[in-house]
Amino acid sequence: MSKRIDVTNLNVYYGKFRAVEDVTMTIEPRAVTAFIGPSGCGKSTFLRTLNRMHEVIPNAYVEGEVLMDGENLYGTGVDPVRVRRQIGMVFQRPNPFPTMSIKENVLAGITLNARRLSTKEKDEIVERSLRGANLWEEVKNRLGLPGSGLSGGQQQRLCIARAIAMQPDVILMDEPCSALDPISTLAIEDLIQELKQTYTVVIVTHNMQQAARVSDTTAFFNIAGTGSPGKLIEMGSTEKIFSTPDVKATEDYISGRFG
Amino acid sequence: MTVETRTKPISTSLTAGKLPRWTTPALLAGALVVCTVLLGPENFAGGIALGAVVYLIGIVTLSGIVEGRRKATDRFVTSLVVAAFLIATIPLVSVSWTALSLGLPRLDVAFFTQSMAGIIGEGGGALHAIVGTLLITLAATLISVPIGLMTSIYLVEYGRGPLARAITFFVDVMTGIPSIVAGLFAYSLFSMVFGSGHRSGISGAVALSVLMIPVVVRSSEEMLRIVPNELREASYALGVPKWLTIVKVVLPTSIAGIMTGIVLAIARVIGETAPLLLTAGYIANMNYNLFDGRMTTLPLFVFTTYKNSGGTDVADLDRAWTGALVLILIVLALNLIARLIARYFAPKKPGR
Repeated sequence: MSKRIDVTNLNVYYGKFRAVEDVTMTIEPRAVTAFIGPSGCGKSTFLRTLNRMHEVIPNAYVEGEVLMDGENLYGTGVDPVRVRRQIGMVFQRPNPFPTMSIKENVLAGITLNARRLSTKEKDEIVERSLRGANLWEEVKNRLGLPGSGLSGGQQQRLCIARAIAMQPDVILMDEPCSALDPISTLAIEDLIQELKQTYTVVIVTHNMQQAARVSDTTAFFNIAGTGSPGKLIEMGSTEKIFSTPDVKATEDYISGRFG
Repeated sequence: MTVETRTKPISTSLTAGKLPRWTTPALLAGALVVCTVLLGPENFAGGIALGAVVYLIGIVTLSGIVEGRRKATDRFVTSLVVAAFLIATIPLVSVSWTALSLGLPRLDVAFFTQSMAGIIGEGGGALHAIVGTLLITLAATLISVPIGLMTSIYLVEYGRGPLARAITFFVDVMTGIPSIVAGLFAYSLFSMVFGSGHRSGISGAVALSVLMIPVVVRSSEEMLRIVPNELREASYALGVPKWLTIVKVVLPTSIAGIMTGIVLAIARVIGETAPLLLTAGYIANMNYNLFDGRMTTLPLFVFTTYKNSGGTDVADLDRAWTGALVLILIVLALNLIARLIARYFAPKKPGR
């Protein structure tokens, strides 16, 4: 289930503008990798290249290689839709489908792709995914109600359930807690710890304590100034990055001297 | 060198003078009564208008003295807004009242069960026109909705660059086409194929759809644009292809608005007269076949009956007014349906 990602010399462009420059990194399976860095440094952009979501934006393209267990996501003939079925994503703002019930939201990835399942299979997937997202106990009696009726934190866990219902290899999270209160944030962080038992988890966060709490590996991104591309400055075990980073800029950022 | 600027110090008091609540109604009633009496009953409307102006001057002056400038401005603008609203409703009330009072006498069973075949003088009905209106509008809807909806999907989800800009431009131009031009277009199109002087319900439907398509495109485009991008991204991130995302996420989210837009577009074209005069024509008999022969619609029924009356024939005049009333009622019903649809299809929002 869990797969390793190797990125080599990746450049991301929006039209002529180079947003991310020359990133090379390895993302380990069954571990949480956190991306930190100031706003606009390209960490979300980079995250979106890992499941080819940045291509949704017109004129965006990529140079370089992203290998998932040796298979290049940007190789010829690779279908971005198939890539996204294996690499799930959770967004900054909870975005359950407003026309669907809680149950339909969890099954969305399957039913929207017009795969037919028996009622029993569906119920199994719904329960397994919601349990996986620590939401089952809270919603098991109202699966037929609209997903938009849940609280923000519950909605976000619903979105995580929706992502894991597809049984992906990798889960990408783009600031999953930035719209949530501390208690919901804690629930999500606990969940991330559980998810890493089964999946490769990559999380972008602005909250350094969160990175320190949940991640095994931390990557620090930075930009030289507005208009210049974002770069990967340093990557290493979270413990090392937060105690004895090699680069001065990392230390400055983590200790709050800038950014 | 310093320039000394003198500003009036802002009063630190928290209380301000206030006109008692009865001032507004009392002043308005007083001004209206005095002015209508002054100008006499033969100039009632002038009296009302003058009274409104006197009230406006009075309330602003009074408020300016007692309450201060901010409140006076507020009262001035409020009065103007209310006056504008009242003026805007005058034609609506007048039309509804006239159609209702003059149309009611013939709003009987015969009107809905008979055609005008062989009717001279009193009696007869507009069943042929009602059926014609419904059939032609239905056909126009069936033509316009797929074309209009797909165009708007193209514009919102796929279109970029010169082609999309060109389509947007031409849709805007189409919105402004005089309806008679649409009629001429359909007439010449069908004349080229079936020979000069061709008249049929379907050609009328084509003319109406020329008018309807841009309205449908515009309204559905607006509705599709307000679907949050997050929902599309959520769907893509689940590995759902773009077309399925559009069909199963974007359209269901915006269906309420799209349906409302469509019904309002129908209401917009159902009262068209000029293009149908050229294409569907007029006939006194029933015709259920869109593809064969002339077909009457309600607006044309009203127009022709009024023309026949010469302005004097009471039976014809009554029929014309009832036709107009029925048309208004159909449009009213369509608007109600649009509201019901919007409520029924809207994304479910439970209480929190």
